[in-house]
Amino acid sequence: MVDIARRDVLTMAGAVGVGVAIPVSSAAAEAPPAAARSYQFFDLNEVAFIEAFVDHLIPADDLTPSGTELGISIYIDRQLAGAWGRGARMYLLGPWAAGTAQQGYQLPLPPADLYRCAIRAVEAHCAAVHGASFDRLQPAQRQQIVQALSEGRLPLQEVPAQAFFDMAYANVMEGLFADPIYGGNKNKQGWKLVGFPGVIAAHAENIEHFRGKPYPVEPLGIADLS
Amino acid sequence: MTTKLKEVDVVIVGMGWTGGIMAKELSDAGLTVVGLERGAPRSDAGFSVPMIRDELRYAVRNELFMDVSRDTLTFRNKPAERALPMRRLGSFLPGEGVGGAGVHWNGQTYRLSPHDHALRSRVEGRYGKSFIPQDMQLADWPMSYAELEPYYDKFEYVAGISGKAGNIAGRIQEGGNPFEGPRAREYPNPPLKPSLASEMFTETTNKLGYHPFPRPAANMSRPYTNPDGIQLGECQYCGFCENFGCEANAKASPHITVIPAALRNKNFSLKPYAWVTRVNLAPDGKRATGVSYTSVLTGEEFEQPASLVILCAYGFGNVHLMLLSGIGKPYDPVSDTGTVGKGYCYQVATVVQAFFDDRNFNPFMGAGSLGVVIDDFNGDNFDHGPVGYIGGASIYSASLGGRPINQRAVPPGTPRWGTEWKKATARWYNHTLQMSVQGSNMASRYNYLDLDPTYRNAFGLPLMRMTYNFTDNDEKLSAHLTTVAHDIARAMGPTHLGPKTPRRAPYSIVPYQSTHNTGGAIAGHDPGKSALNRYLQSWDVPNVFVMGANAFPHNSGYNPTGAVGALTYWAADAIRTKYLKDPGPLLHT
Repeated sequence: MVDIARRDVLTMAGAVGVGVAIPVSSAAAEAPPAAARSYQFFDLNEVAFIEAFVDHLIPADDLTPSGTELGISIYIDRQLAGAWGRGARMYLLGPWAAGTAQQGYQLPLPPADLYRCAIRAVEAHCAAVHGASFDRLQPAQRQQIVQALSEGRLPLQEVPAQAFFDMAYANVMEGLFADPIYGGNKNKQGWKLVGFPGVIAAHAENIEHFRGKPYPVEPLGIADLS
Repeated sequence: MTTKLKEVDVVIVGMGWTGGIMAKELSDAGLTVVGLERGAPRSDAGFSVPMIRDELRYAVRNELFMDVSRDTLTFRNKPAERALPMRRLGSFLPGEGVGGAGVHWNGQTYRLSPHDHALRSRVEGRYGKSFIPQDMQLADWPMSYAELEPYYDKFEYVAGISGKAGNIAGRIQEGGNPFEGPRAREYPNPPLKPSLASEMFTETTNKLGYHPFPRPAANMSRPYTNPDGIQLGECQYCGFCENFGCEANAKASPHITVIPAALRNKNFSLKPYAWVTRVNLAPDGKRATGVSYTSVLTGEEFEQPASLVILCAYGFGNVHLMLLSGIGKPYDPVSDTGTVGKGYCYQVATVVQAFFDDRNFNPFMGAGSLGVVIDDFNGDNFDHGPVGYIGGASIYSASLGGRPINQRAVPPGTPRWGTEWKKATARWYNHTLQMSVQGSNMASRYNYLDLDPTYRNAFGLPLMRMTYNFTDNDEKLSAHLTTVAHDIARAMGPTHLGPKTPRRAPYSIVPYQSTHNTGGAIAGHDPGKSALNRYLQSWDVPNVFVMGANAFPHNSGYNPTGAVGALTYWAADAIRTKYLKDPGPLLHT
């Protein structure tokens, strides 16, 4: 079966208009309803990047499905589209200066704009060095890019690689472990991975009965009790 | 246009622990009291399951903390640098709203040691004057442990602390802290139930000859009715304590204890959403006439005249208001003159992790203050001569939760992502024991607070500027005591031992370390060296009292809230029994 990149599918759909039949892979047949896979913030190129990035950090394996299948890219999209992404609870007034590492985040960009600029810059780097977009790189090339990003070594136009990676890495972990009401941690698979029981937490007796013993329960999230 | 309100006896700025205690004590005394709080109202119905069990909302997106988009501070490591704004919260998490940081605290409630209260005298007496580094501003507290003991006791009973006494009237008690100062009686509640980590830490530190005791906790080990008739529930060990409100009313917090107790008095009124911008002074600058505030709901400005102004914001807020209002002389580190902004201290904190193949810790069963601590390396409980620094630390094992975004660890050498990371995370989440070293921090000449020359808050007022770095003394302390903790962890025989990473300069405002920010308006014997006298009364404007950890001349190796509560009851008592009879300076200079 021909592996059609998601971006191509969406581009094709856009190019020929709504209502045209889209090739459906077996994976797509099991995909969640369209609304849950629809992005609010990322554009098509950004979707290709973020899904590849999330799946590189959280690959499909014996332990969990891929980051995208767990809803992590959707989680990040929703965060960036919402108040946090737009800079809520951040001091964004100038003047601006780079400062020292100890002074922390000093960009004039709220998270959504940092993502936008950084993805563009990473893609420009990938195009210049590898002649392909990030999602089409070989796994080893992708690892090289992510590693360099994480160490602040990737030369990016306009934005510091480290600030972007630190934010994106934290967001991936949030998307894996935050309550499923935010769009990630699908089927509580992040919680199942580690054995976190979720929101039922009256342990006044358990702390004695299960001291030192496994506590195997099916985790429950906020929506299960609402 | 400013609306001038009817004069009251007392206006209190800030409605956390200190504001709540003052509101209760002074309205009980028959005074008309208004409490102003810049944040939202909260009540015992404020938190409920399942919504409160939301790690992202509360512990990552910081719902209960100060909103830095409106007001923050600027930061630099040393005077030669340009300070830049703290654009996001990180190193510390001050609270906002009725109850303040007392809503989202863990509840660790210690007394300082008698040594801490007489720090300079004790250090000079045992090690000599030359032992004190040149720029260290070491001072005795202006009240002794013995003087404060009844007020420590009062706070512990109001807050229903669960613990085990170590010294009752000079008699050492089995299972308690043998190093503590004498206390009049036992804690109001017995210790919390131990976790596996607690038991392992107890066993190992006993074997090593140390003296473990349960961490004193404002988490109720049983249902409790406090002396004000306020009922608190039994802790459920839910693991959502720090950063969260307690839906079981099992964590003593101001919004469910002292504030509702104060509200029983008709002469106390509470106004949330009231952001105080200034303490107004009479033309001679020696008397406060009240405060100005802005309603953050309507934008309206008000003047609240009062005979007595009590600053009860978080320490930063109190110092900021003093600087903005011209109360006392701002501290200048170059000439070493002035007092307001002086003595800012923090906590020299490190963490040690140990991984045990065959132990299930169930980290999600925990409580904010659940754990075991040793005081063998705190205060002056050991000989500092050979180690060459001043201060100490509480070293403890904590079982406060296993919330998976923030509270998970993997052994050193694990990749940060990919299948191998996932395997290690799955393997070790339930098998990690965490220990902490909470080191003291001494005032140092170039660590201070003042007004920033450039950046402003939402009210157009200058932000406060923090200049702060770790000192040689801090690095020596952290190197020694992190090694002690690391050795304890090693003695437990873990499969993997985490790295030993003592604190070193430069201090960074980015990673969370502690919300124990002290000093800036310190209490002392000498008006030339301290902003407040021993009753936490401004030396310069005697109808202004300033509560909170800002009054600490140094930050000890203990969590500060026990001493904050005790100092507030002590000051309230002085106001009631001394000041009201003869308003004016309680000590003459």
